[in-house]
Amino acid sequence: MTLLRVEQLSKEFGGVRAVADLQFSIAAGQVFSIIGPNGAGKTTLLNLLTGVYVPSTGRIWFEERNLTGRAPYEYAACGIARTFQNLQVFFNMSALENVMVGRYLHERCGLPAAMLRFPSLGRAERETRSECEKLMHFVGLGAYLETAADAMPYGALKRLEIARALATRPRLVLLDEPAAGLNPTETLEVDALISKLAKSGITVVLVEHNMRLVMGVSDHILVLDYGRQLAEGSAEVVRRDPRVIEAYLGAAASAEPVSAGGAP
Amino acid sequence: MLRRLAASRSSGLAALALVVALLPLALQNAYYYEVAILVGLNAIVCVGLNLLIGYAGQISLGHAGFFGLGAYGSAILTARYGWPPLAAMAVTTLGVAALAYLIGRPILRLRGHYLAMATLGMGIIISIVVATEDQLTGGPDGMSVPALSVFGFAFAGERVWYWVVGVALLVAVWVARNLVDSPHGRALRALHGSEVGAEVAGIDSARHKVRVFVISAVYASIAGGLTAHYAGFVTPAKVTFFHSIELVTMVVFGGMASTFGAVVGAAVLTTLPQALTLFKEYEMVVFGAVMMLTMIFMPRGLVPTLAALFDRPEGPGKASRDAGGGGIRPPAR
Amino acid sequence: MSAQFAQYLLTGVTVGAIYALVALGFSIIYNASHVINFAQGEFVMIGGMTTVSLTAIGWPLPLAIGAAVVAAALVGFALEKFAVEPARGASVVTLIIITIGASILLRGLATLVWDKNIHALQAFSGDTPIQIAGASLVPQSLWVMGITLVIVLLLTWFFGRTLLGKALLATSHNRLAAQLVGINVRHVLLASFGLSAALGAVAGILVAPITFTSWDVGVMLGLKGFAAAILGGLGSGPGAVLGGLALGLIEAMGAGYISSAYKDVIAFVIILAVLFFMPSGLLGTRSTDRV
Repeated sequence: MTLLRVEQLSKEFGGVRAVADLQFSIAAGQVFSIIGPNGAGKTTLLNLLTGVYVPSTGRIWFEERNLTGRAPYEYAACGIARTFQNLQVFFNMSALENVMVGRYLHERCGLPAAMLRFPSLGRAERETRSECEKLMHFVGLGAYLETAADAMPYGALKRLEIARALATRPRLVLLDEPAAGLNPTETLEVDALISKLAKSGITVVLVEHNMRLVMGVSDHILVLDYGRQLAEGSAEVVRRDPRVIEAYLGAAASAEPVSAGGAP
Repeated sequence: MLRRLAASRSSGLAALALVVALLPLALQNAYYYEVAILVGLNAIVCVGLNLLIGYAGQISLGHAGFFGLGAYGSAILTARYGWPPLAAMAVTTLGVAALAYLIGRPILRLRGHYLAMATLGMGIIISIVVATEDQLTGGPDGMSVPALSVFGFAFAGERVWYWVVGVALLVAVWVARNLVDSPHGRALRALHGSEVGAEVAGIDSARHKVRVFVISAVYASIAGGLTAHYAGFVTPAKVTFFHSIELVTMVVFGGMASTFGAVVGAAVLTTLPQALTLFKEYEMVVFGAVMMLTMIFMPRGLVPTLAALFDRPEGPGKASRDAGGGGIRPPAR
Repeated sequence: MSAQFAQYLLTGVTVGAIYALVALGFSIIYNASHVINFAQGEFVMIGGMTTVSLTAIGWPLPLAIGAAVVAAALVGFALEKFAVEPARGASVVTLIIITIGASILLRGLATLVWDKNIHALQAFSGDTPIQIAGASLVPQSLWVMGITLVIVLLLTWFFGRTLLGKALLATSHNRLAAQLVGINVRHVLLASFGLSAALGAVAGILVAPITFTSWDVGVMLGLKGFAAAILGGLGSGPGAVLGGLALGLIEAMGAGYISSAYKDVIAFVIILAVLFFMPSGLLGTRSTDRV
């Protein structure tokens, strides 16, 4: 079943097409990876798929609902969550509160109830808190519950964003380079986390440079180059595609297949 | 210890209630009461303004406008149309809320210094209208306002007003802290921390900004109405750009994103000029210097800085509800 | 063109030129440091008041003007060195409060050094009005327009051709990168404060014969300069000039044709309307959030 579908999607910045004429669909339950050299338009695409950017042309369908031109919070309300390559953590809050923000959509609390602190709010808050604590344990941040976000190490912040995304109870989660800047151990943990997500029934869109990670977990890979769709298919298909090899390693290397972990 | 006090909702409020209850022991005459009442009224505005500036990270250099509308609205309805004061204040507050909503929707799309300019312009527009429409407002000379009376009981005298303002302040603080500790408050702090981060978590940032703008305007309007009825007189002086700046200074001075900081800021900066009259012609110099030095050496404001100082043993790993933030800045990492 | 319109036009351009100079000061400091200097109006005051008192003790006007500009620049250096530099990295609001504190301090000092009276400065070249298209113009207005034009040309040359000017621009675009290519960012910051203080002082001196000067003359002029800088687009030089002239003209026309009491209201309503459609001002750069 198609969860998300993209038609003729383009985004221009001052005449430069960062993303051009993309057309693909993401099936429910997949791990769908987007790869490509630096500047290929991967992050721009993610920004388009979450409403952070409004497409110049084209349409975005989520479960047959046209979301084109909607605001990011409306994408979130439909069940699309994401993390950022340039962290967008709330550094003015504790780690747990960061995750609790993600539960915002599911908290039924009117403004008067909040300002006059109705008793029902206390119960709801306790519930939210315990649920978010569970999520933090799930992503491996059990040790950081009450830590201020600005006192956490980089690797933990990356997982904090994942926990916050999960708190929105998404059906589709987009991870923008979750392993960038992590050491090998941490990368393995992220790898395991993505597999866990996929198993729990959440569709994952993964933007990542670490090819070992991508080739290991992906069901489907979309390759971008200069904002265009270069190739698409399973890991095996993409790995053998000569255009992909050329884009990554240059024409000279096209005789050899892309080796695992050999990303630029 | 201070921080723990600030962090737990009920104990902080209890401490403030204790201060309000015990302060009269130190107030020796009507003048002291007057200053205390002034502190309370300013503190109410600052607690509301702090929701906007400290928590949501949106600046306003025009809140004296809302304060002034609250004061003049109530004054005009009671003095010129003979309304009962409570009804006048209620209707005025609703009117100010509606106006803030209408203004807030377009201008809160602006950011940083552009928002500062827009709110400043809004405040100046209101102050000029108030000073010019002299048939309604008495113009630059101001107008007198009937005393506050509820069901025949007239509130008169500093002592009575002290308790009126004290209770109003406690309610204002209670409501503000409830809001901060709710999902709505988290949404506000989140959009301060990272607007795009908040948006993708499902928070409609525009809606939340407008809401908190309206709430802060309501705080200012109520304080304005109370001030008018307490003083028995309103002049355009309290509606000016300077008063807006004064209010923002109180919030920043006390500590952004700290409700008690706003109260402390209002207390210090309301009493300081009274104390500085001792310096006579040096008053402005000393006031300016105190402002600069405090903000240079305590950029986060009085209460968060002191709280961090007292709280050092607990270590930097503990997140404090209030002391965080650090003000309006783009996410640095 | 009716005589009335010509009169409002000339008044508007004169006032607008002054606003433009103050707005340029805001933009230069903003570019170098991302600080909005709310003490900018105080430079205007220092320029006017210093010139007034130096000419009063018998200094020739050109010398007094030179000394006043230097005095303002020194105050600008001091402001950067002792108030802005130590607060590096503080939030926008904190920095605003610091510069407001500085402006109160400077105004307080002005009442001590001088007094709380209003002073007139002699016009540079007489008071006999000139008739242009039925409108009368004081010669001082020509000085205002002429010197503003010269300053704008000089600044264009400065930012386009000189190393310090380019260093200032580079720092405004990317402080870290500027540092990496060997620009001494601290000197650039100092220079920007000195330069915009000098600009403010020139504005204050030029306008003093027309509107008089006093210890608190900088408040309104500073505010108008800030409004002009925002209207034109913060950080844009041409924007500051355009914003200043537009603001001056709006005020003069509004006062003339609609209501003098509401001229500021008209100006601010127009600014709000412009910001509604162009949230970065007339010539400001539109930024896309990079995430």
